[in-house]
Amino acid sequence: MSLLNNPLKSILIASIIAVPATALAETAEEKGLRIAKEAKASDLGWQDMQAQMNMILRNKQGQESVREIRMKSLEVDGDGDKSLSVFDKPRDVKGTAFLSFSHPIGADDQWLYLPALKRVKRIASRNKSGPFMGSEFAYEDLSSFEVEKYTYKYLQDEACEGGNCYVIEQYPVDKNSGYTRRVVWIDEGEYRPWKIEFYDRKNSALKTLTYHGYKEYEGKHWRPDLMKMVNHQTGKSTDLTWNSYRFKTGLTDGDFNKNTLKRAR
Amino acid sequence: MRDRFFRFVLDHPFVVILLSVLFVFGAAKKAPEYLMSFKSDYRVFFSEENPQLTAFESMQKVYSKSDNVAFIISPKDGNVFKQDTLAAIYELTEESWQVPFSTRVDSVTNYQHTWSEEDDMIVEDLVLDPADITAADLPRIKEVATSEPLLVNKLVSPSGHVTVVNVTVQLPGVDPIVEVPQVVTKVRELRDNFIAAYPDHEVRLSGMVIMNNSFSESAMGDQQTLVPLMFLIVIVGMIILLRTFTGTIATVVVIMLSILSTLGLAGWSGLFMTGPSASAPTMILTLAVADCVHILTTMFYEMRRGVEKRQAISDSLRINFQPIFLTSATTAIGFLSLNFSDSPPFRDLGNMVAVGVMLAFVFSVTVFPAILRLLPMKVKQMEEGQNDTMHKLADFVIGKRRLLLPGMAAIMAGFILLVPMNKLNDDFVQYFDQTVPFRQATDYMQDNLSGMATMEISIETNESSGINDPNVLKTVGDLTDWLRAQPETDHVNSISDTIKRLNKNMHSDDQSYYNLPTERELSAQYLLMYEMSLPYGLDLNNQLNVDKSSTRVIATFQNMTSTEQIELEERIYNWFAENAPQYEVAIASPNLMFAHIGQRNIYSMLIGTSVALVLISILLGFALRSVRFGLISLIPNLAPAAMGFGLWFLIDGQIGLALSVVAGMTLGIVVDDTVHFLSKYLHARRDRGKDTKAAVDYAFASVGRALWITTFVLFAGFMVLAQSTFKVNADMGLLTGLTILIALVVDFLFLPPLLMKLDKSKEPSTETNNSSTDNTTNSDNTIKGDDNESVKQPA
Repeated sequence: MSLLNNPLKSILIASIIAVPATALAETAEEKGLRIAKEAKASDLGWQDMQAQMNMILRNKQGQESVREIRMKSLEVDGDGDKSLSVFDKPRDVKGTAFLSFSHPIGADDQWLYLPALKRVKRIASRNKSGPFMGSEFAYEDLSSFEVEKYTYKYLQDEACEGGNCYVIEQYPVDKNSGYTRRVVWIDEGEYRPWKIEFYDRKNSALKTLTYHGYKEYEGKHWRPDLMKMVNHQTGKSTDLTWNSYRFKTGLTDGDFNKNTLKRAR
Repeated sequence: MRDRFFRFVLDHPFVVILLSVLFVFGAAKKAPEYLMSFKSDYRVFFSEENPQLTAFESMQKVYSKSDNVAFIISPKDGNVFKQDTLAAIYELTEESWQVPFSTRVDSVTNYQHTWSEEDDMIVEDLVLDPADITAADLPRIKEVATSEPLLVNKLVSPSGHVTVVNVTVQLPGVDPIVEVPQVVTKVRELRDNFIAAYPDHEVRLSGMVIMNNSFSESAMGDQQTLVPLMFLIVIVGMIILLRTFTGTIATVVVIMLSILSTLGLAGWSGLFMTGPSASAPTMILTLAVADCVHILTTMFYEMRRGVEKRQAISDSLRINFQPIFLTSATTAIGFLSLNFSDSPPFRDLGNMVAVGVMLAFVFSVTVFPAILRLLPMKVKQMEEGQNDTMHKLADFVIGKRRLLLPGMAAIMAGFILLVPMNKLNDDFVQYFDQTVPFRQATDYMQDNLSGMATMEISIETNESSGINDPNVLKTVGDLTDWLRAQPETDHVNSISDTIKRLNKNMHSDDQSYYNLPTERELSAQYLLMYEMSLPYGLDLNNQLNVDKSSTRVIATFQNMTSTEQIELEERIYNWFAENAPQYEVAIASPNLMFAHIGQRNIYSMLIGTSVALVLISILLGFALRSVRFGLISLIPNLAPAAMGFGLWFLIDGQIGLALSVVAGMTLGIVVDDTVHFLSKYLHARRDRGKDTKAAVDYAFASVGRALWITTFVLFAGFMVLAQSTFKVNADMGLLTGLTILIALVVDFLFLPPLLMKLDKSKEPSTETNNSSTDNTTNSDNTIKGDDNESVKQPA
């Protein structure tokens, strides 16, 4: 009992009283972070995933180009996901395979298997901000969402396609990011992103990404059929369509290394 | 009818002034809007259907835009490759991403250096972190930078004494009036910070954005210096030549009203300001003076004879109404011929000056007499001293006519023979004189690094990923080699260099692999790997289209004349015809657009000038009431412009966009002199039955002085314009001024001997009779009869 009579006692009491109070008076930053954590948590447990990904690239003149990619990814606890992509189109890069271990902070580990050279080459660069296969998607737009990648600020609630959305500003932690901030619309029910606005290094509107045709897999994992990225500065755009999603196909860590990369077809 | 109008003006001066002011206020409401609407964009010089513009625009849509700002950095010790300079460039490179609308920044520090390490290909900024650089790294960095074909002669000089940080901007074009100044403000701030932090460096600014900005800064500078200067010259000139304050004040009012309402009407019709059309106020100012001078001269003449002021004004209006209308109309027609120009700013200029001149005419016969009526005015009874000079000149011309006719004809022919020797040139760098920082910076860049003339060559294979076809690559490689072998070439940016380098990197940096892969898959996969390694903003979009079916090779050349550029363009097309006819090839660039527009504009202006000539000749035929004299007048009307261009060969020798409009523009102005001289001459011949010599003497005595004064004012006005730092306007002003001066010389020294020669052959019989019968039907209110009174009565 005597313990309670020392100064600790008052601190304890104060904190017990204070906890619900701070929960009520949550700052915009805290609320943003909380929603990010909840969003991440809501999608945990998908284990592995395989899908077919097609991209249509367009320039301002209206010229188009198609990319076809088969993709496998593996959920990694406590780190970014691992993914292995095999390119089917354009024809002259058919069989090229890309292995990526993404990390929340710092450069991802990436390897490319070049069938024409029959070699695996490590991609050693700070390319996070760079375009993925010449598209309007940067690597950082396609890699898995990790809470540590950003700091957050909740802005407001707003009606969106997915019902009612949280609008949250995200500030990249990595200094090699191509953005100063992203503004994300996440629906309150399922934590699905519906729209992301990207602001470049000088904080000018750069791109807008919209998500379409969400479907639910495995009872809790929502995935879109179509992601549209429009670059406002160059007038270029990329449509990324997904199909044949398969989850929990039994992929393991052993399916994601330099050796499997060579054999991936 | 006309008399009743004049009476109304003189009876109700306040009403006239009030109505005019109301009109001007209404019109001028939009003048500030117009003055703020300067479009800082070189593209305004081209109409939307201009083929070179269309080609360039579509190329910009396929690849990325190439509007840029170049920071030209020269360390004072002549060495870029040392720690503090590299640190400075690194910082500037980073900060340049903050330039509004920037989409790409290229420098020696962020150059994506590739090399091989064990089995990996490393892609990294050449200077990743300046803090990590040691003295030992410097030679390696220099070696890489000065041997890389992408960089050397473009971003760094071969000796490493000058380097460029190039910022590519993508102007949205939503509000072109503010976008360019926004970029320039930021860029100048970066430059100032750079110099403050690294005082051992010089920084110059060049690039298309800086050029665009120079258009508006030059024009704005003109508005602030040239227009007031011109006003000053008019005021001082009038006070000295006409010795009248009241007349000067009234003239200044007419000029201001004309300019204000013209600018306002330009605003109402939605025009935006451009470099050439910015000279409209100076031109209107100059041309408007002439009307007032004519009215004042006659009025003073009457008053000196003792006529009361109101009557003198009325007489002057009656006498001058028709000639002023006629000369204003011909001037307007001349300027309207600019509508045939290929370049919209010159059309705007022509329309604005035409409107301004007609407004000046209206104000000269309304507000001007109303003000004169109201303001006090004293006129001393005085001798007409100038008459002597004109008499002497007339005596000289009559006495030496046998010498003057062939002599002048020979001189005229001599000048005209020089015309074809002018070179066609529209080098936009030379649109600015050497006092403009953009010009200085660009000249410096030309001397130390590379010129600003580029050609973008797009090769379309019409096949997805076709660029990886070894045959295509070989073509691109051969083209690149061939271009580098051309004497004009400073730099070639080509995908073939990148692929050669990647091939080498993929084979452990073995120099023997520095060549183009012979398998399509190899180059496709190298490119894929390379593209996947590049950071934001440094991708290959500036060289390849999305489908990799086409590639763009950008060649940079020394500055060349338009003719040389067009010849080089032909040479490149010929190369393709001989070596690779199977590909679709397009060549475009801003300087090529300018190279072609001079020629296009000359052809279209030839048509425009001809139309104006026909219209003006018809008008003259009516005014002179003689087809014969209408035809004779063609010589003094056409010769001055032709001689002007001949003289131009001796002065500058380069003609382009700006000068191609001068012939049309001056036609309407020089006609005035001929009209005045011929009408007086004919008046003497027809109405007074004088022989040719006496008629020439009469013409000199009656209009010689007025012609001299108006020519002086016009010459002075256009010489003021010739002081513009914007060489387009300066050259236009200089040649126009010279042409007007030549026109007076021709009218004084050639036309009279010609008249005496041609007229004499028929003299005794029909011509005189015809004209005298003509004249019996004409009462006082024809031009000739009226002008009689404005004359300093030589009879």
